[in-house]
Amino acid sequence: MIALLLRDLRLALRAGGGFGLGLAFFLILTVLVPFSVGPQSALLASIAPGVLWLGALLACLLSLDRLLALDYEDGTLDVLATAPLPLEAALAVKAIAHWITTGLPLVIAAPFLGVLLNLPPQGFGWLVLSLLLGTPALSMIGTFGAALTVGIKRGGLLLSLLVLPLYVPTLIFGAEAARRGAIGMELETPLLMLSGISLGSIALLPFAAAAALRMTIR
Amino acid sequence: MMPDLGKYSIYVLGAYGATLFLMAGLVLLTLRRGRAARAALKRIEEETARNGKG
Amino acid sequence: MSLWEYANPVKFLALSARVQPVAWAAALTGIVVGLGWGFFGTPDDFRQGSTVKIIYIHVPAAWIAINAWIMMLIASLIWLVRRHHVSALAARAAAPVGLVMTVIGLLTGAIWGQPMWGTWWAWDPRLTSFLILFLFYLGYIALWEAIEDPDTAADLTSVLCLVGSVFALMSRYAVLFWSQGLHQGASLSLDKEENISDVFWIPLVISIAGFTLLFIALVLYRTGTEISLRRARALAVRLDKEL
Repeated sequence: MIALLLRDLRLALRAGGGFGLGLAFFLILTVLVPFSVGPQSALLASIAPGVLWLGALLACLLSLDRLLALDYEDGTLDVLATAPLPLEAALAVKAIAHWITTGLPLVIAAPFLGVLLNLPPQGFGWLVLSLLLGTPALSMIGTFGAALTVGIKRGGLLLSLLVLPLYVPTLIFGAEAARRGAIGMELETPLLMLSGISLGSIALLPFAAAAALRMTIR
Repeated sequence: MMPDLGKYSIYVLGAYGATLFLMAGLVLLTLRRGRAARAALKRIEEETARNGKG
Repeated sequence: MSLWEYANPVKFLALSARVQPVAWAAALTGIVVGLGWGFFGTPDDFRQGSTVKIIYIHVPAAWIAINAWIMMLIASLIWLVRRHHVSALAARAAAPVGLVMTVIGLLTGAIWGQPMWGTWWAWDPRLTSFLILFLFYLGYIALWEAIEDPDTAADLTSVLCLVGSVFALMSRYAVLFWSQGLHQGASLSLDKEENISDVFWIPLVISIAGFTLLFIALVLYRTGTEISLRRARALAVRLDKEL
């Protein structure tokens, strides 16, 4: 398992692995927001948590179609499917690798981009915490979506269509927690719900993803 | 015969009109696709029967 | 004689051929009577005026939109557990019907909302949930269309339907929480089933029955279409080999 994780991390970090692409996308999206809604700092401050959450979500989505596609093409997935390691575990590891290479950098970058959007000072901690709790769910749900569409040629757009509705609860609770944190409201409930979604996804979705993958590479 | 819909007539008629349009479209497309599929099946079944007999 | 007999396509088609004429006729009667009664035979509401007549479309459409998804979920489960092809094809046949009903529900809701709430759209929990349901229908249908092998398509869409149902339910609660958070309970939603008098109630029930029968008739017919397509496909493959 560790070996698989390290392999995925190395592949992602190597040139052409797409590492940093999500991060750059996140940055550009955040920079474009003031251009589209105007530079009023009060407005930016009030929409900052939501914009940053949406940006992180879309940046996460961007790298999903590479998550399994390359391994599918070169036959790695067939090996994994017949390996002693259960496919469920292999997919969970792949989701973790995706989170480390995509989710974690987004979490770290978010406060810096928060500065650009006038995020109120008390909101930074909560924004990072909510992203930290929520992005694992995004990676895991995305892995499930990738497993569903891996056998389809040009499945990238379809993948977005399938995954984005599944992201709705995570986005709602995550952005709500960040928003409440920014204006100093009580935010225990959305944070708990967000953690619940993440834990539930990590516990159950590997099975759904593995089932879907077996159906494709059967 | 026609009930007096008052100032909201355009909304009520619009809702009924849009619904009937969509439902008629759904039924017509269903029937058209169904007929085509059944005709194609019949054609290919006949062809198979002919081939089977030589 | 058990219910599973109808998992055999031939038996299913025979039953479907017997049920369908009745279902179509009853559906047409129900819709004509329900909507006709509602449109021509009911008084205006003292508060909503004549827009109350939209309820005879809106509620049945919403009812079908939700129940079509539940039917697809059950059919998907049957396919995954017992692998009856008719079941998978019935789920596929129901999805576009559910999609159209969702659109009708949203559309009539918007048309009703404009004069009553003064807006075509509000991010009310119910409306938002329906919009999300619409997205799920789109994704489900798109996945069916994208996969060439019919069995793989049935498998993957079934898994999507299962997982999607869980997430749709979570979205429903998330949206309730979120919208409440924004509006502090100042909800625009009108509780439809309560305080509704018999004058409105009876045509509404007839209309719901009519819509349900139409759904059944459409799904039976469309399942027949899917069975024909699959059979034609299988025969074509065999023919190619023989020729």
